[in-house]
Amino acid sequence: MIAKGKNASELFPAVVKNVASKNIEIKKLVYVYLMRYAEEQQDLALLSISTFQRALKDPNQLIRASALRVLSSIRVPIIVPIMMLAIKEASSDLSPYVRKNAAHAIQKLYSLDPEQKEMLIEVIEKLLKDRSTLVAGSVVMAFEEVCPDRIDLIHKNYRKLCTLLVDVEEWGQVVIIHMLTRYARTQFVSPWKKDDDDVVEEYNENNFYESDEEQKEKDRKVKKTYTMDPDHRLLLRNTKPLLQSRNAAVVMAVAQLYWHLAPKSEAGIVSKSLVRLLRSNREVQYIVLQNIATMSIQRKGMFEPYLKSFYVRSTDPTMIKTLKLEILTNLANEANISTLLREFQTYVKSQDKQFAAATIQAIGRCATNITEVTDTCLNGLVCLLSNRDEIVVAESVVVIKKLLQTQPAHHGEIIKHMAKLLDNITVPVARASILWLIGEYCERVPKIAPDVLRKTAKSFTNEDDLVKLQILNLGAKLYLTNSKQTKLLTQYVLNLGKYDQSYDIRDRTRFIRQLIVPNEKSGALSKYAKKIFLAQKPAPLLESPFKARDHFQLGTLSHTLNSKAAGYLELSDWPEVAPDPALRNIEAPEAAKEWTVFLGKTKKEKPSEKFYSESEEEEDESASTSATGRFWETNLHVSFFMSESESGSESEKEDKEEDSSDESSGSSSSSEESSDSESDSKESTVKTTSRTAEESGSEDIKKKAKGTTTKRNASSSSDSESSSSEESSSDSKSESDLKSGSEPGKCRKATSSKKEEKPVQDRKAPNKKDVFLLDLDDFCPVTSPVAVSAAAVLSPSLAADLEGLSLSGSSVIDVTTQVYVPTKTHELLHRMSGKGLAAHYHFSRQPCIFGDRMVSVQVTLSNTTDQKIENIHIGEKKLPPGMRMQGFNPIESLAPEGSITVSMGIDFCDSTQTASFQLCTKDDHFNVNIQPPVGELLLPVTMSEKDFKKEQGMLTGMNETSATIAVAPQNSTSLVIIERVVKAANLGVVPSGQDNIHRFAAKTVHSGSLMLVTVELKESSTAQLIINTEKTVIGSVLLRELKPVLSQG
Amino acid sequence: MIHSLFLINCTGDIFLEKHWKSVVSQSVCDYFFEAQEKAVDVENVPPVISTPHHYLISIYRDKIFFVSVIQTEVPPLFVIEFLHRVADTFQDYFGECSETAIKDNVVIVYELLEEMLDNGFPLATESNILKELIKPPTILRSVVNSITGSSNVGDTLPTGQLSNIPWRRAGVKYTNNEAYFDVIEEIDAIIDKSAALHNVCYTLDKVLSVFFCCFFFFKLSGIPDLSLSFMNPRLLDDVSFHPCIRFKRWESERVLSFIPPDGNFRLISYRVSSQNLVAIPVYVKHMISFKENSSSGRFDVTIGPKQNMGKTVEGVVMTVHMPKAVLNMNLTSTQGSYTFDPVTKVLTWDVGKITPQKLPNLKGIVNLQSGAPKPEENPSLNIQFKIQQLAISGLKVNRLDMYGEKYKPFKGVKYITKAGKFQVRT
Repeated sequence: MIAKGKNASELFPAVVKNVASKNIEIKKLVYVYLMRYAEEQQDLALLSISTFQRALKDPNQLIRASALRVLSSIRVPIIVPIMMLAIKEASSDLSPYVRKNAAHAIQKLYSLDPEQKEMLIEVIEKLLKDRSTLVAGSVVMAFEEVCPDRIDLIHKNYRKLCTLLVDVEEWGQVVIIHMLTRYARTQFVSPWKKDDDDVVEEYNENNFYESDEEQKEKDRKVKKTYTMDPDHRLLLRNTKPLLQSRNAAVVMAVAQLYWHLAPKSEAGIVSKSLVRLLRSNREVQYIVLQNIATMSIQRKGMFEPYLKSFYVRSTDPTMIKTLKLEILTNLANEANISTLLREFQTYVKSQDKQFAAATIQAIGRCATNITEVTDTCLNGLVCLLSNRDEIVVAESVVVIKKLLQTQPAHHGEIIKHMAKLLDNITVPVARASILWLIGEYCERVPKIAPDVLRKTAKSFTNEDDLVKLQILNLGAKLYLTNSKQTKLLTQYVLNLGKYDQSYDIRDRTRFIRQLIVPNEKSGALSKYAKKIFLAQKPAPLLESPFKARDHFQLGTLSHTLNSKAAGYLELSDWPEVAPDPALRNIEAPEAAKEWTVFLGKTKKEKPSEKFYSESEEEEDESASTSATGRFWETNLHVSFFMSESESGSESEKEDKEEDSSDESSGSSSSSEESSDSESDSKESTVKTTSRTAEESGSEDIKKKAKGTTTKRNASSSSDSESSSSEESSSDSKSESDLKSGSEPGKCRKATSSKKEEKPVQDRKAPNKKDVFLLDLDDFCPVTSPVAVSAAAVLSPSLAADLEGLSLSGSSVIDVTTQVYVPTKTHELLHRMSGKGLAAHYHFSRQPCIFGDRMVSVQVTLSNTTDQKIENIHIGEKKLPPGMRMQGFNPIESLAPEGSITVSMGIDFCDSTQTASFQLCTKDDHFNVNIQPPVGELLLPVTMSEKDFKKEQGMLTGMNETSATIAVAPQNSTSLVIIERVVKAANLGVVPSGQDNIHRFAAKTVHSGSLMLVTVELKESSTAQLIINTEKTVIGSVLLRELKPVLSQG
Repeated sequence: MIHSLFLINCTGDIFLEKHWKSVVSQSVCDYFFEAQEKAVDVENVPPVISTPHHYLISIYRDKIFFVSVIQTEVPPLFVIEFLHRVADTFQDYFGECSETAIKDNVVIVYELLEEMLDNGFPLATESNILKELIKPPTILRSVVNSITGSSNVGDTLPTGQLSNIPWRRAGVKYTNNEAYFDVIEEIDAIIDKSAALHNVCYTLDKVLSVFFCCFFFFKLSGIPDLSLSFMNPRLLDDVSFHPCIRFKRWESERVLSFIPPDGNFRLISYRVSSQNLVAIPVYVKHMISFKENSSSGRFDVTIGPKQNMGKTVEGVVMTVHMPKAVLNMNLTSTQGSYTFDPVTKVLTWDVGKITPQKLPNLKGIVNLQSGAPKPEENPSLNIQFKIQQLAISGLKVNRLDMYGEKYKPFKGVKYITKAGKFQVRT
């Protein structure tokens, strides 16, 4: 009944009773009913309110959201305070879906009671800060509705909106893009050069061959005048991919953004996408063509390559045809006019006469715009005069009239021809045009003109008003030039006019009579009558009807209608001076950070990641592990592989330089930051990281004083760590301790010394270590495997040592490189197949000493035979492309029943592909494989909950995978969960504020992309497992591996 | 944004209305009817109509007008695109988007509209999500529902709405995992009179554009992560993507990497750059003439295949909108059958398959209205055809890899070349 538009309000009480129904379908239908009729029956509607209020507290987010939706849709003013309260509450809801609905509710409440505006703006401000892509579109919509002039709210969120834009759902994208267009117009300086510069630029383009110097000079000039604001550039860059959207509205929105904001040279990229839209529905075509028409008037070049796409099909609806024609006419120039005219000829013959008439006008416009073809066009049009169809002929007469007016030279023949046509043409406009022409050029056709007047005088009474006026005009003109022949005729016509029904004609008659017929009273004016009537008239300009539209923003309703629609906001002109760009980074550190992170993400570049972790460190106290871990990694890296890593890091630097030069044009704040990090990394990576270490150190001290609890989880795991290291290093440890003894000493000095000296000192440290490691190398021939493994073990112990130092002697270690070292070993080579040589491997979960992209693998070789096995080494490697492997040094001999542990580094390229290689002895070789579990491809990272959430917010969209799993009852305590998860994968535990949510963070070894794991325990022994990472493949594999871990008992 | 929606059938009855904000009276549609009357042809109703207090934006789909009422400035394409999305959803749910289908399922339609739009702003438009919220009607379900009293409204929020793959629902399970791709290429062309007359190789001058799309049909369990690569991705000039495609990978590697929605969807649409020469697979020889001062004319059309890599041209249908003066046509065809509708003046010739040995031909006499002037323009021929197993642009799918799931899906690729808007001027 509602659907049919009938009134069903009398059933109100009966229906509303059902609101508490259990059946969801009925509930929904009652909602529909309520929204429709609540306004009319306010008192009764109030009965249902309590139900919604209860539902607002429901644990199910779907119910919360829908309750809010209905509550806000009931248009009863009494409940405004309740709504306000509900919105406020929902805006801080955990679920982004509920927050999204809160944003919608804002608009509804505003339309119900505009007095709440101030409060609502507060809520909008809060929601604008939201990081969820779900919310962004809706809240911007609310912003547009409630307070579109409060542009100051956008400043802080501008960059965030730009970066999130790609992930927002398509409808939100449209709204945000439109809002940002308006914003950008008020905040940035015009990228369009001033007129004179524009000329210069064009000049540049045209004169390719002029000397380079000149060119440069001009370039400089252009550059001087304008450099684009980095944020402006950011907007343009981030919207560009949206041109590929399947949603026509999004494409159009981007197109208008480029049109209004981009430098003229860049706006061209949108044309291709717009042309693509032309293949879609009739309605879409209509709107897009309209916009193209406006664009093509101003900038022809944009659509010229797509000329053919605007050719008309006979099956197109008329409105589309005329629009296409309009565009074709706008695009006409000397080069393509001949093709176009041929095309127009086809159109003129079209069965659709309205369209044919439009084509003739188009030809006329082409003829006036391009002087070369005027004659051709005129001839063509004259041919059309013999057309059978009246409308066509009439239209061509009108166009010819206009054309002749622009070229009043020798066209007597045409005029004569038209005079002959007068008998056949009945369309008033055409008749009037012919009469006017004859009158205007009556001197050129002295014989015909009076005759025409005679004929028309005869039919005067039957003519249309328009024609009558022209007959009067013709009479007057002839009277003045050729009074001998036409005097009587004119007077006759004037008499007829005097008693005409139309006052317009009576008026004109009186006027003309006074003017031309000489009598006593006529004064000075009649002397000039000839001049008045036969003055040279300026030729009319044939203009596109779309010219007038260009002051409307493209793609808007107002533009389509060519009139101002309600709520249309004018695009402001570019400001002369840009408002302070610093407004956008009020929260400077945070905004800048986000920004760099974003860059780092898009580039998938590791270096910025490093930098990022540093800044994170600065912000957060508890996070220190990752940086310190990395510190060691890089330190060792540097010292062990001086030559190799240098070349590597150099290339990295180069990459970065490129990046930063890219960015430097783009962003001030970021370039600052990135150049900062760049220079840091250039000078020495050690320095960068040492600073972090130092900071974390000082923070640790603070922490110690406070006695914070974060140590708890660290201490337990560090225990395990130390024990494991003790296990694996066994006797080698003492040796390494001895050796490293000198070095910690140095480092102690370094840390205790003043800050200024720090970099120098630190640089010394690796040098020193270098020496020491060289020593080790010397030592290698004898017990090299041992030494290497010792070094591998060394890193954490050294880290521990150093950390101890920075804590100024404290025994509590607050840093974990790995939370847990799995004891599980995998078989590499069985002793039977290995002819007595057995090999096992396990993942030591330590930063690899061979390269920071490698996973370190510990291989234990044991001899089960009763003879010595000699010369164990790695033979041929069969690795998938991209993978690298660093083998162990050859083992001279392995005594019977002896075993030896060596470490290898394998760069798995973040994939679970198998690394195959040959394990060779003196006289045999065995093919063996190492396949890593995905959990071993990670390195743990420690971060605070806050950072975790922030990172998670960045890694939404396709970067998130999730699953709901059943958790075995014995696994539901947090300790067990943590234990099990870290056992399965090399993840770092993130301290969590909530009991039921556990968070883990790691980065992949090869690419260093973050891997965030969240386990959220729900009731009834289920849990939500969410993984956020850029490496979605690994993410989903990890998800699958973690599932059984938690669900099994 | 969108205030109200009216559905109007071709006879001018408003058979469904829905309001998202306050109620707008039906009388607002009078303005629309006025415009419709003025336009004569349904195709010519302007999509945007301005009335004193409201603006009407309408689309015409499957003999139904979707008329939306808006009050304030809004990008018109936004509304149009949304209305088309509504129509698509109906089509998806009921198999057709007709008046009867909508009337039969009015409850579901209402629920759908309620979910799709909140306060005039689109809420959930992905069909995968909607189907989880509101289950599409099937006979079995309606029987079960009527017995058990359960509803076809899902009671949990689909995870997709909240997760970050809004186009895919969670927990998809199939026993047979299949992935089918249809690479459908459509040729848009206007072939000029002169080119057709001389039967030379059609110059590119008059060939407009070749427009293609890939349709995919997926039945894959879990959350598969696919990457698809083409043999010659450089062919693609202008592409538009389904939102699931990772744009950055395409930019850098020209590989389509995506987590697909479940079921049928259009993955990408693309246009081939005009530099690439595309051979038109058919040619038409025609002789249409109307004699001066007599009430008859001659009509003679032959269709033949051009070089198309040994594939046969199938499903050839030619439609001609004859001039109004044509009364009747008396034709004989060597192949297929023809019909002429004297009311709409449309000649349809269903040819079927073209065999190069015996070219199909249609000729005969055209009877004109006596006394009417000779039509000055020859009608243009609209031709449809289909070629199986051929992608005219030369595009080839290289390989499809799947990550993230363990099973091996069955993969199939089908190429079809079709005529899009293919018109031969005579």
